[in-house]
Amino acid sequence: MTMQVRDPSTSPARSYGTRASPLAGRLFIVEGIDGSGKSTQLTLLAEWLKAQGHPVVFSEWNSSAIVRATTSRGKRSRSLTPLTFSLIHATDFSDRIEREIVPSLKAGAIVLADRYVYTAFARDVVRGLDPSWVRSLYHFAATPTRAFYFRVPLEIALRRILSGRLKLKWYEAGMDLGLHADPRESYRVFQSRILIEYEKLVQEYGLGVMDATQPVEVQQRILREAIAPHLPEPRGEALIHERI
Amino acid sequence: MNGFESHGIGIPGVDPTELTGWLIVIEGTDGVGRTTHVNRLKAHLERLGYGVAVTGLNRSDLASRGIRRAKQGNTLGSNAFNLFYATDFADRLEHQIIPALRSGFVMLTDRYLYSLIARAIVRGADPVWIKRVYDFSLKPDAVYYLRIDVPALVPRVLAKGAFDYWESGMDLPMGADLYESFIHYQQRVIQELDLLATEYHFHSVDATRDLEENADALCAHVSELLQSGRRNGRRRIPPP
Repeated sequence: MTMQVRDPSTSPARSYGTRASPLAGRLFIVEGIDGSGKSTQLTLLAEWLKAQGHPVVFSEWNSSAIVRATTSRGKRSRSLTPLTFSLIHATDFSDRIEREIVPSLKAGAIVLADRYVYTAFARDVVRGLDPSWVRSLYHFAATPTRAFYFRVPLEIALRRILSGRLKLKWYEAGMDLGLHADPRESYRVFQSRILIEYEKLVQEYGLGVMDATQPVEVQQRILREAIAPHLPEPRGEALIHERI
Repeated sequence: MNGFESHGIGIPGVDPTELTGWLIVIEGTDGVGRTTHVNRLKAHLERLGYGVAVTGLNRSDLASRGIRRAKQGNTLGSNAFNLFYATDFADRLEHQIIPALRSGFVMLTDRYLYSLIARAIVRGADPVWIKRVYDFSLKPDAVYYLRIDVPALVPRVLAKGAFDYWESGMDLPMGADLYESFIHYQQRVIQELDLLATEYHFHSVDATRDLEENADALCAHVSELLQSGRRNGRRRIPPP
């Protein structure tokens, strides 16, 4: 089982997910709206993989050190438009692909990504951008070994998010779209539209669907069973045994 | 015909046919004299009574600081740089260029997407992909390409001071020192701009010729373009 990645310097492909070349590592990603419980599951998965001796690398959405300052600036001043919101997130992702994800995969690591290109495909399209253009923007992205969509009814996700939080952020609530004057109502409408896009992506990219209403430990067992066949022989564990 | 066309996709919330101004682009490689021509053109058009606004690469409120910081350390991946520049471009398009065009201004831009595409291709980007990234941009009314060859460019750069790290492509494996790298890098950039000149129908200006003559010719060409456009009812610019 090998990883696949597109090389931006040679690929004639216009869109994400159309051309591949082999890499040694594995890339598992979780997708879903806030409150779907995907981050919790990914953290538990990481602990399990580390315990087995796998080298694990985490990559989070919107976390490139250089690019994040600009994203924050745009969010603070509320000057990001759907177009620049899309492009700055693609910039951030591109930096992480080049400097974090692909080198780690080449080195044979298990890379766990909390949100991936599908987050952009869903959000940017809800914000009014052309779906095929957004896909072409990410054509350089590595194709995940397995991608899981955490499917949760809107009301459950909303309850998880809104109960713990005093204030929703402007872009998070989709306030830039003028959906509703009340951030909570705007958030509700925005997330419901994102859910619709995610369901389309499940079909288009064959994402694995996790029923995220189940107990945490049940989801974790399903997740581990789903990725187990894709795992390489653990290396760290072997080393420990040798040392003993 | 009124208003503008996009290169491919639309921008949410923008109707390009409502934009009544003019978008004039000055293209050319580093040190070819673009700024001089932009300033001359601006003064000329203002004398004729046009409202004129100016923009250029990496001048956005959003991304210019981030790009400058990233360039200082050469710490951003090459593809991420391409997209960072596209972000800067989009921010200026939406917050500078489109509002000016909406108000009927003549927008002079010191380089447009073409230089960005050229620098990306020279750095290994897939030409089809990087052009697709800029599909949201507006088609300009005219692109004037200040064409020069490298032997003519070198004395101009020396007259301004030393070779710049990025204008010499020092982030690429192109040569042992700044001079060698500059020669190779600029040759490649000019090669790509030449290809784009054909593809996007630039008006070519021989930048090795006398600067004053070129400036006069450029001013005459642009004012003729604007006036003929008004005669044809193509734009709703108030008569100067």
